[in-house]
Amino acid sequence: MSDVVFKLVLIATVLLVILHLAGFLIWVERRLLALLQDRLGPNRAGPLGLFIIVADIIKIFTKEDWIPPFIDKPVFVAAPMIIMVTALLSFAIVPFAPGAVILDLDIGVLLFLGLSSMGIYNVILAGWASNNKYALLGGLRMAAQMFSYEVFMGLSLMGVVTLAGSFNLSAIVHAQREGWFIVPQFLGFLIFFIAALGETHRLPFDMPEAESELIAGYHTEYSSMKFGMFFVGEYISVTLFSALMTTFFFGGWLGPVLPPLAWFCVKTAGFIVVFIVLRAALPRPRYDQLFAFGWKFILPAALLNLVVTGALVLWKSS
Amino acid sequence: MNTVFFIAAGVAVISTLLVICHSNAVHALLYLIISFSAVAVIFYLMGAPFVAALEVIIYAGAIIVLFLFVVMMLNLGPVATAQEKAWLQPRMWIGPSILGAILLALTVSLLWRGAPTAAGGAEVGPRQVGAALFGVYLLAVQLAALLMLAGLVGASHLRRRELLPESETKTELLP
Amino acid sequence: MLSILKSVWLVFLHLFRRKITIQYPEEKAYLAPRYRGRIVLTRDPDGGERCVACYLCAVACPVDCIALGATEDEHGRRYPEFFRINFSRCINCGFCEEACPTYAIQLIPDVEMAEYQRQNMVYEKKDLLIDGEGKYHGYNFYRVAGLAIGGKDKGEAEKESPPVDPKSLLP
Repeated sequence: MSDVVFKLVLIATVLLVILHLAGFLIWVERRLLALLQDRLGPNRAGPLGLFIIVADIIKIFTKEDWIPPFIDKPVFVAAPMIIMVTALLSFAIVPFAPGAVILDLDIGVLLFLGLSSMGIYNVILAGWASNNKYALLGGLRMAAQMFSYEVFMGLSLMGVVTLAGSFNLSAIVHAQREGWFIVPQFLGFLIFFIAALGETHRLPFDMPEAESELIAGYHTEYSSMKFGMFFVGEYISVTLFSALMTTFFFGGWLGPVLPPLAWFCVKTAGFIVVFIVLRAALPRPRYDQLFAFGWKFILPAALLNLVVTGALVLWKSS
Repeated sequence: MNTVFFIAAGVAVISTLLVICHSNAVHALLYLIISFSAVAVIFYLMGAPFVAALEVIIYAGAIIVLFLFVVMMLNLGPVATAQEKAWLQPRMWIGPSILGAILLALTVSLLWRGAPTAAGGAEVGPRQVGAALFGVYLLAVQLAALLMLAGLVGASHLRRRELLPESETKTELLP
Repeated sequence: MLSILKSVWLVFLHLFRRKITIQYPEEKAYLAPRYRGRIVLTRDPDGGERCVACYLCAVACPVDCIALGATEDEHGRRYPEFFRINFSRCINCGFCEEACPTYAIQLIPDVEMAEYQRQNMVYEKKDLLIDGEGKYHGYNFYRVAGLAIGGKDKGEAEKESPPVDPKSLLP
């Protein structure tokens, strides 16, 4: 009984924290981007400009929720929900601290890969349902981009899975007691990080919404909270991928002195900052460059990483 | 467990029917995604979580994306929807549905008589799947890999022949 | 690959640079004395209006935001009966200042002209006229012009020789 209560409390806490964190990240990203560009950013409303989050939320809720007459309504309405659902569901498998995991699944990694491959649909369907050529172009780009980067992401994680000998995320964290997987799996980490950029379609890989070419890409026709869901969904997936990078390569909640949860939060926050710094620093590559880089460079590298890791593990065990 | 199975099975059957009957290609594909997800749930219930995950990743996540990609490229408008509707006349679907009904009756009668243990078998984890693939069925896996490699090389070759004239002009332009 | 990492690192270092933002209402950016901002009408050192209502500024204005009507006082001195500038149209180009023969119309370094009602952006003569001489001190058009006007006859202006009497034979 107490187990069920604990799980319910955990689910409620995770949902609350993640959703608020997504709002908080709006402020973090704006302030941090500004600081990186030698500006100050929003600092007027409230202490450090923190109330800008409240202002943003009020604004986005009270805007007119305009559904254009030329769109495919059911798909148009369903698309923004998909990203929220898939990104939030993926948090079920993340171990925040020893024992504090909602779903201690033996195929956790596979569940995450499956959910992230389902997450593609939000962009594709939004792009198609908008009945707008720019949105459609964004959706098509997204389909191709996420489809290819999905492959590398799965392959790069296989090295970690081989070392840990399990698809269970808690087991992966436990397997890093002797040493974090960033050392033996550095190539895998780089590939996973690049794939995460492609999956979350953050800059520099934001082909599907490239403002300068496609207006706003797949969410051109969206307004009000439907746009807000894309916006928040992006931040949720950034948080998710940061948490997963922490779990897979940086020892999850492992660390000295501080409590496990604190270590987890510190590492995750670090990766979120890296995401934002990359956004400030790097220009957007051309569309074909992205794919040439993916298929001609990352795919062989991921395969090589997998083969070498597997060979070493076999050699050690024999 | 049984209720979950029947719900998932019902969802799968209904969404698959809708895939066949829907006049809008994209909507039909969306129902196909739901159908695959329901089938994945059934796999999970039957003690094959690895297959369930692969079902979602590969079929629902990747193959349907390609389908959607093509449908989006074709840009089927309301005209295509009307055409599909015109095709859904009784004389078109009556033959296949009679055959389908016979199959359904066979399945139901088989289940009624007490089929071999379907649900609740031993759980098949990733380890067992891997052992089977690279142990007993090693030859088959390698043959399939060869087939896929052939497909890959073929696709690359076709693309290259198409590109050739363009690349020639490019080299001419260079000093 | 290395250059990408280098640029990421350099951008990260910008986090600790001095920020160039000017916190506007509290601190203000320096505007040069010759900055082209709000338009004013100036007076000559004696306190009279410099504007002689010649319409040159209205003609020069590329967005037609200046409207004025000329009239004369009892001495025959021209001045604008009304002078109206629509600042919601004005582009602060300074052509009116260049065109003005009497240094009357001048642009000053003031840009804070926000209004809640658009109608308030239309400035009348009483809003435009200032009590000072603006950027050009000690200049009085009627003192240097050869025009005979109340209290000043021909040849009495500065640096002006008395008029030649064509009917006289004297040198």
